Amino acid sequence: MSKNTASEQAILFDSLDPDRIRVESARKLALETGRTRLLVTGVVLCLAFAALAVRLAELTAFGIPPGVRLASLSPHNKPITARADIRDRNAMLIATSLPTRSLFADPRDVMDIEEAALKLGALLPNLSAEDVRHKLALGGRFQWIARNLTPTQVYAVNRLGLPGFSFRDGERRVYPFGPIFAHVLGYTDVDGRGIAGVERAFDEKLSEPVAPGETRGIDLALDLRFQTILREELAAAQQRFSAVGAAGVVIDAKTGEVLAMASLPDFNPNEPEQALGKNGFNRATKGVYEMGSTFKLFSTATALDSGAVSIADGYDTSEPIKAARFTINDFHGKKRWLSVPEILVYSSNIGTAKMALEVGAKKQKEYMRRFGMLSPAAIEIPEVGHPLYPERWGEISTMTISYGHGIAVSPLHVASGVATLVNGGVMHPPSILKRDANSLIVEERVLAPKTSATMRALMRLVVRFGTGKNADVKGYRVGGKTGTAEKQVGGGYSEDALVSSFVGAFPMNDPRYVVLVVIDEPKGIKSSFGFATGGWVAAPAVKSIVGRIAALTGMLPQDVSDEEPIKPGTPFYIPARATQPAPKIALGGIARAAH
Amino acid sequence: MSTFARTDNSLLGRWWWTIDRWTLMAIIAIAALGAILTLAASPAVAERIGLDNYHFVRRQFVFLPMALIVMLATSMLTPQWVRRVSMVVFVGSLVLMIGVLFFGSEIKGASRWLSFGGFSLQPSEFVKPSFAVMAAWMFSSQRLDDDIPGYAIATGLWMLVVGLLMMQPDFGMTVVVSMVWGVQFFIAGLPWILVLAVALLFLLGGFGAYFTFDHVRARIDRFLDPSQGDGFQVERALSAFQNGGLFGRGPGEGRVKEVLPDAHTDFILAVAGEEFGLLVCLLVVALFAFIVVRGFSRAFKDTDFFVLVATTGLLVQFALQAIINIASTTNLMPPKGMTLPFISYGGSSTVALAFGMGLVLALTRFRPKAGGGL
Repeated sequence: MSKNTASEQAILFDSLDPDRIRVESARKLALETGRTRLLVTGVVLCLAFAALAVRLAELTAFGIPPGVRLASLSPHNKPITARADIRDRNAMLIATSLPTRSLFADPRDVMDIEEAALKLGALLPNLSAEDVRHKLALGGRFQWIARNLTPTQVYAVNRLGLPGFSFRDGERRVYPFGPIFAHVLGYTDVDGRGIAGVERAFDEKLSEPVAPGETRGIDLALDLRFQTILREELAAAQQRFSAVGAAGVVIDAKTGEVLAMASLPDFNPNEPEQALGKNGFNRATKGVYEMGSTFKLFSTATALDSGAVSIADGYDTSEPIKAARFTINDFHGKKRWLSVPEILVYSSNIGTAKMALEVGAKKQKEYMRRFGMLSPAAIEIPEVGHPLYPERWGEISTMTISYGHGIAVSPLHVASGVATLVNGGVMHPPSILKRDANSLIVEERVLAPKTSATMRALMRLVVRFGTGKNADVKGYRVGGKTGTAEKQVGGGYSEDALVSSFVGAFPMNDPRYVVLVVIDEPKGIKSSFGFATGGWVAAPAVKSIVGRIAALTGMLPQDVSDEEPIKPGTPFYIPARATQPAPKIALGGIARAAH
Repeated sequence: MSTFARTDNSLLGRWWWTIDRWTLMAIIAIAALGAILTLAASPAVAERIGLDNYHFVRRQFVFLPMALIVMLATSMLTPQWVRRVSMVVFVGSLVLMIGVLFFGSEIKGASRWLSFGGFSLQPSEFVKPSFAVMAAWMFSSQRLDDDIPGYAIATGLWMLVVGLLMMQPDFGMTVVVSMVWGVQFFIAGLPWILVLAVALLFLLGGFGAYFTFDHVRARIDRFLDPSQGDGFQVERALSAFQNGGLFGRGPGEGRVKEVLPDAHTDFILAVAGEEFGLLVCLLVVALFAFIVVRGFSRAFKDTDFFVLVATTGLLVQFALQAIINIASTTNLMPPKGMTLPFISYGGSSTVALAFGMGLVLALTRFRPKAGGGL
């Protein structure tokens, strides 16, 4: 190191000194090499800083590279595993899952069982100190203590600071409308598995995890409004006539979609234990009943469609039919010759049985099969009852089946069959799922369109002039058929235990909805003149339902003046008054007639 | 800026017109960012270890002005005085480092600190800049005048420092000191064969450390195979960057500071990333890079060979600390206890770095003399 204090200028110009030259050239060389290598060092450091900048950008903007365990840091990419929602046809939420927490204990870690029992027992409803003591005494390493606690309860339990207790995240199925959709929706068990109704039928679909953003859940064909109305009217009828139960179905005649379906008594699926016993029994699909005279609709359609009978035909109904041990009689007996429309309008067993004999057992069975009456209803929910019918379908069976005895089907069968009668003659399997415009609708032709048109006219006549008068709603052209069947009690039929029903459709010039109401064991009351028949019990309920849902759908009342009157001489002419007064009918004997 | 007229010939006036004002401003900008980040990160750490919330903030807000004064004072030195002051600091630091071996307080398995009452000092922080100047002095002396055994002396000093550091032990500091020595060796223009030999030596040293020191091996093993151990701090730091995104979650909205024990020191950039976002992190990197490049360019133009070597050594030390810290935080290399210059909390580190950067500012001043202080 030079200690020379002379100026650099002096050094430069004092260039003749050899020592100076040596030092100067060494300095120049050193600076040159140093600068080159400084450049290299600088470039390397700049690259390092650039790499850091890229790395920072990568970490922030493009997420975390694979290989680093950070699963818990990206909640947004987790598949959604909560059980999916169920919605009605208008996207109203009718079943959903809420996250909850459940309390469990590891009994070995619980330091003071008595303290824990007393504190938890005092804190949580539905949990007594005795319960806690009992559960902790069971031992093991895991015991559920209380399910589905609210956040406030979780906080309170945490505040107790009891060792050995923890929470496990879970979810709870919630049905915002409680019992309204009871049997159709079904319910889940404590582990969230569907065990009845739609919850069970679509359990896999409802519980499969999906990526975020994907739509999930199920859209049902049911309409919350229709369902509420149906259930209310069923409950009112059940109460008024002190019936043991009731069932009802509203079905879209053109697609087979089930818009409402209810069964009483029912339960609140939020409290699944209510579904134990008879409350959980779905009368609309699982229960099979001898439906009585509503079956005359199918018999008449069969007779007309098969060509065995013409609308202009008629039969003498003045004498009961005696076959083997059976006597077939009429309830609203006219004791005279009745035209085919009159047979249906007055619900003549004798006339219907005679028509069925002309069709024959084989053809009748074939039509019954096509109406879907011989197999369980083709609906998605698992609770479907198998129809009951005789193995040997003989002549007597042919006659009784024609008026709805000797064959037992579910109410849904009847509603679905009537939809076929009125919609032009095609069968759509009933569906609990919403059908959108693009979905293929399965259809099978059962009747000629002409037969369907005739049936519509006949059903309207029943409401205008016959047993279904109580179902008429002015301006909506309700058509339908009553049914009253005696229930089999023990070995025979009981006069006091009836299944009274009415199946209707409206408007009959272009039916959109089929409404069925079945009341199980109604008791006659003063305002029904002691009657508990379909026309007095079920028809008024259908009338209320039709009036209310028609208003909801925006359907305006029609001008029905074209309906009045029907001229004598045309096939559909129904005499305003019977030519002979109806004699009092004595019910009795072995055969129990359908009315 | 024009507080002083060009013609002002006073000490301050000359200082103002010859100092690298851009570098000075960049350093002050980094220190200001560091102050904000200390405010963001350290209260959570202080609270967790049971101290008063503003314990670290209060202390750092004493250190930072202290550091500024040290830097400004140092920056007024001439190259000759740079060498003299550095020699004093170097010798003093070495003595204290020997003292550390006997009287040091042991923290996390290493004795690096000397305590005087309520104040503690890490002498090895001060050995780094002073060593860079001493080594540059020795390298440049022999390069310019073969009579002086400068290379041998520089190497001897390096071995002395490294020896003392390994006895603490302090592997990170050893790496930095060795790299500074290596780069200066390279800049001093030694033959390539020797440069390669030094590179090989470092490589062997690295392997040696891996097999000699258990904690070094453990850290490297964990880095190479993350599933093996618990890379908790790094994992949380990475998630913090992701949480932050481009603009950050906002001041005080970060969570990583609540869980990282070193949130206010080694992992402070993770806090910055979470609360202030990528842009602020990039600004920090850019400021460091700017200081280094700016210093290099001033050194490049200088005609004094000693200034070239010394400035390079000091800037390499500064750059390496920043690079190692950021690379550790972003999981680009095994975690290594290294503070982020002027940003991490720490008295010794901040003041020693200020001393080092004061030396850089002093050396890079314009000296209107063609030959430099040869």
